[in-house]
Amino acid sequence: MSKMTMSQKILAAHAHLDEVFAGQLIEADLDLVLGNDITSPVAIAELNKFSKKGVFDKDKIALVPDHFVPNKDIKSAENCKCVREFAIKNKITNYFEVGKMGIEHALLPEQGLTVAGDLIIGADSHTCTYGALGAFSTGIGSTDMAAGMATGKAWFKVPSAIKFNIVGKPSKWVSGKDVILHIIGMIGVDGALYKSMEFVGEGIRNLSMDDRFTIANMAIEAGGKNGIFPVDDIALAYMKEHAPGKKITVYEADEDAEYDEEYTIDLSTLKPTVAFPHLPENTHTFDDIENIKIDQVVIGSCTNGRIDDLRIAAEVLTDHHVAEGVRCIVIPATQKIYLEAMEEGLIKTFIEAGAIVSTPTCGPCLGGYMGVLASKERCVSTTNRNFVGRMGAIDSEIYLASPAVAAASAVTGKLSQPSELGL
Amino acid sequence: MKAAKGTVFKYGDNVDTDVIIPARYLNSTDASDLAKHCMEDIDKDFASKVKAGDIIVADKNFGCGSSREHAPIAIKASGVSCVIAKSFARIFYRNSINIGLPIIECEEAADAIGAGDTVSINFDTGMITDETTGQSFKGQAFPPFMQKIIDSEGLINYINSKD
Repeated sequence: MSKMTMSQKILAAHAHLDEVFAGQLIEADLDLVLGNDITSPVAIAELNKFSKKGVFDKDKIALVPDHFVPNKDIKSAENCKCVREFAIKNKITNYFEVGKMGIEHALLPEQGLTVAGDLIIGADSHTCTYGALGAFSTGIGSTDMAAGMATGKAWFKVPSAIKFNIVGKPSKWVSGKDVILHIIGMIGVDGALYKSMEFVGEGIRNLSMDDRFTIANMAIEAGGKNGIFPVDDIALAYMKEHAPGKKITVYEADEDAEYDEEYTIDLSTLKPTVAFPHLPENTHTFDDIENIKIDQVVIGSCTNGRIDDLRIAAEVLTDHHVAEGVRCIVIPATQKIYLEAMEEGLIKTFIEAGAIVSTPTCGPCLGGYMGVLASKERCVSTTNRNFVGRMGAIDSEIYLASPAVAAASAVTGKLSQPSELGL
Repeated sequence: MKAAKGTVFKYGDNVDTDVIIPARYLNSTDASDLAKHCMEDIDKDFASKVKAGDIIVADKNFGCGSSREHAPIAIKASGVSCVIAKSFARIFYRNSINIGLPIIECEEAADAIGAGDTVSINFDTGMITDETTGQSFKGQAFPPFMQKIIDSEGLINYINSKD
């Protein structure tokens, strides 16, 4: 009997092997290769160095210009032009131009391009997001992307895993972001280095798909190779809606699969959690947070720009107003989410509360544009990294938090949780 | 590259890709442009002081964060001949091998080697020698498959050589 983890089973199947073991080097077939406007131009230049010309499968490559898009400057425009011309020349099916574009890791699941059982690589570190649907997906660089586009294959070192047994039900203002920040605070930014983070347990049914996307998304912030969830009714319903007709393969870990470590996370005990500068592991709850005045709030990104996130933010902002001296920037992650938010009246709530709403872009998360920070400014952000200089000036500060905390902080002008507004 | 020798730039834990090459410069893919801003947010003098052959030594989780290959590209284009660290973030590790930037995991070397020391490395044996202190360290060997990619000076050359 094999003793494989869920991640190992997907890798074994794609390497055409009955069994794999941690540490084994394998070559595996890819279901999807992803790139964005930062990483694809480098990959395209590398691809041109191959002796074999063209791409392995025009339907299995996704190109999503989303970082500095709509083009923030001339150089970014040239990069996007390079990606566009490549997509046209190679007849890439899944190229997403402005108008169709969204933040890649919100967009691809919504488009039905990532499903359970898939093996996906993406030249973006947050490619691990699709583990929420039971896929093995991991971030790689531009050269791996080029090799993947050319050959449809990639090499992997089979990872060992850490098991997170999720139990209980979270309280009202606790969401996926608090769960993953809590975990990163517990194991550290390299706590899962080279490893899979496998989430299991009865508590998962109390996490929405959007919560799970947020959790899997930040596996990389613990150094993880991938984060992965079992495929339950909630995941199947999501894929039925978004990927009708697409072949779904459900893998489960063997009962006696071996894990390096096991943790139990009781959702009912978690509190709104904030990662202080300058590492995602530097977590605090409001029990030990003092008066931290802020200048900006960002609600969006591949981590927290989905419809659930916007609903929570709008719920907090209803009948409230953004504090004097604070800028609040809301960024729906895709056009579909934007439209849904509009139809539900969320956009009206944001604008009436004094927030601004931007077209989908990664912009401020990585200090690109649409909310860059000046010296000594502080931002509460629903994004994923609070490294030195990540969102702008090197002496600016980023506090990573959930949409609920970000929205409450926008109202008070200081780092706050919704209970401070009587919610 | 079979050997390297240079002066050490020393850094701590979790040197992330945002400080190796800040995203504000990612609108360029030109290696020499990127090198001008390498390590800027953690060490503003790095780009002006680094010389061909110099060596970066750091603690754990070097290169954490983004998948941007611009990070090892910037380091390589700065003239750095090798990065030694206690551990590397996995995407940075892959990217370095794929573009032919030599990297070595060696906890003892990362602890003992000081900023400004002269260090030489023999890539065939994995021996790291701190010529300033006379100490030697053995770096962790690569699996044979990765060594082939390194010997081919990157993934693309390796794949081309197989065809």
